[in-house]
Amino acid sequence: MAAATAVVPRPVTRNAPRDLTTMTRRSLLRMLRYPSLTAIIVATPVVLLLLFVYVFGGAFGAGVAAGVTPGAEGRAVYLAYIVPAILVMTATSVAQSTAINVAMDMTGGIVTRLRTTPVAPVAVLGGHVVAAVVQTLLAASLVLGIAVALGYRPDVDALGLLAMTGFFVLFGLALTWLSVAMGAAARSVESASNTPMLLVLLPFFGSGFVPVDTMPTPVRLFAEHQPFTPVIETVRGLLAGTPVGAGTAWTAVGWCVGLAVVGWLWARAAYRRPRT
Amino acid sequence: MPVPPLPPAIEVVGLHKRFGDQTVLDGLDLVVPAGTVTALLGPNGAGKTTTVSILATLLAADGGTARVLGHDVATDPQAVRGLIGVTGQLSAVDPLLTVTENLRLMADLFHLPRAEGRRRVAELVERFGLGEVARRRGQLLSGGTTRKLDLAMTLVAGPRVVFLDEPTTGLDPRARHDLWDQVRVLVADGVSVLLTTQYLDEADRLADAVGVLHGGRLVAHDTPAGLKAAHAAGSLDDVFLALTAPVPSADAA
Ligand SMILES: Nc1ncnc2c1ncn2[C@@H]1O[C@H](COP(=O)(O)OP(=O)(O)OP(=O)(O)O)[C@@H](O)[C@H]1O
Ligand SMILES: [Mg+2]
Repeated sequence: MAAATAVVPRPVTRNAPRDLTTMTRRSLLRMLRYPSLTAIIVATPVVLLLLFVYVFGGAFGAGVAAGVTPGAEGRAVYLAYIVPAILVMTATSVAQSTAINVAMDMTGGIVTRLRTTPVAPVAVLGGHVVAAVVQTLLAASLVLGIAVALGYRPDVDALGLLAMTGFFVLFGLALTWLSVAMGAAARSVESASNTPMLLVLLPFFGSGFVPVDTMPTPVRLFAEHQPFTPVIETVRGLLAGTPVGAGTAWTAVGWCVGLAVVGWLWARAAYRRPRT
Repeated sequence: MPVPPLPPAIEVVGLHKRFGDQTVLDGLDLVVPAGTVTALLGPNGAGKTTTVSILATLLAADGGTARVLGHDVATDPQAVRGLIGVTGQLSAVDPLLTVTENLRLMADLFHLPRAEGRRRVAELVERFGLGEVARRRGQLLSGGTTRKLDLAMTLVAGPRVVFLDEPTTGLDPRARHDLWDQVRVLVADGVSVLLTTQYLDEADRLADAVGVLHGGRLVAHDTPAGLKAAHAAGSLDDVFLALTAPVPSADAA
């Protein structure tokens, strides 16, 4: 008997960019289909902004800068002080919903199906990441617009805006690769919605809402060395048009690149872990 | 020049799989000739889904070999993925995308040219009677329609070997008959099918061969009629009960 020759498969060559485009389009379409989730993403930082400015701001404003009188002046100063942290929290809000989306994919049959197709593995999770970065930019612009409507006046030129956008893309990549990994590693959708809580809380233990030198030493040491502080300080400098210390900016960029790589490796490992 | 014979659709030799200290597959041998339907029966936990997962490149075996149309699933998974379609036990429909968008997604992921993708999607919508719900979201479909869409998504790229893991569980009789008809259409097109099922009449009606998986290997492998004759049984139910008396290794933790 002549040896049977293997049937030649349809020539589906790996095409990661094409698959990434397909999967990104899918994620963006899902966001359009689920506008209430997008509304919640924006609502969380906006509610915090209103709470902090209109409830605490009158008093806190006098605490973040010297010679500010409590009341209206305090509120205006405090609004300017917390906008960077609120923008960062907008990004963490997107990250949290991304983790939920990824966990829904992983625990349902969709990822199982995709893993039986020739699709490039990086595209399956990468589509969520690219879409989340787009969503981060849109949501942050919206929140910034609301802050401006409340009287906030950033001092930023076109170049600064470009730098700000670039920095947010990098920061978004770091946050969303991490949250994609959390979502992919989660055993259930519920646990996926809880793990990124850490990301939501961290900005409070940093320079986002009060200067770190007002904190007791152990908290201050943590606050000074956690990634959100240099990120918030970089955004603060870019928005205020004041020079960002080179050390701070590079620390922020370093954290973002490092966390993005860690998130990517972790996500890849979680995606590859077999499940029946 | 003589046409070389087709390799078997599926050729499994001495397959072993353990989860921790639980042996699920213990030297499984199974051949599915090209163009035929084989039904895999077995009690819950027998390892049917595990077998399908290994063949579908989702899970690595601990020993033995598995080939799909001549391609080893362990050493050339990418070639296997280009030839198979899998409808798993869980629904793999995106709940937020419409029926058409779900199908288009598969066409795009298999890199079908745009026009061909459109044609293929339209063809499947027509063939599965999904026209009325084409613009409805996955989450709003009934169980039977979701299952149809699931199978249609599996077929977008024209797979040569199709795995169906309990394709009709939870469907009403009409939906089950519709699905059986779709499988018959596939076979008429020369596609090979491995299906797992808990419904023995399903195996009886659809399969050219039936394998009964128990204790990690096939305890019987024959045509439905052959099995019934060999066990002097009136139905595959009786054969199943006779062959799959509980063994201690099956689900003992
Ligand atoms: N990822 C896993 N980790 C540990 N054990 C597993 C895993 N997947 C399956 N098993 C175990 O392996 C055995 C076989 O499971 P499998 O899903 O293949 O059975 P099945 O024949 O498909 O059953 P059913 O009819 O219930 O679908 C079961 O005892 C199951 O608990
Ligand atoms: Mg099963």
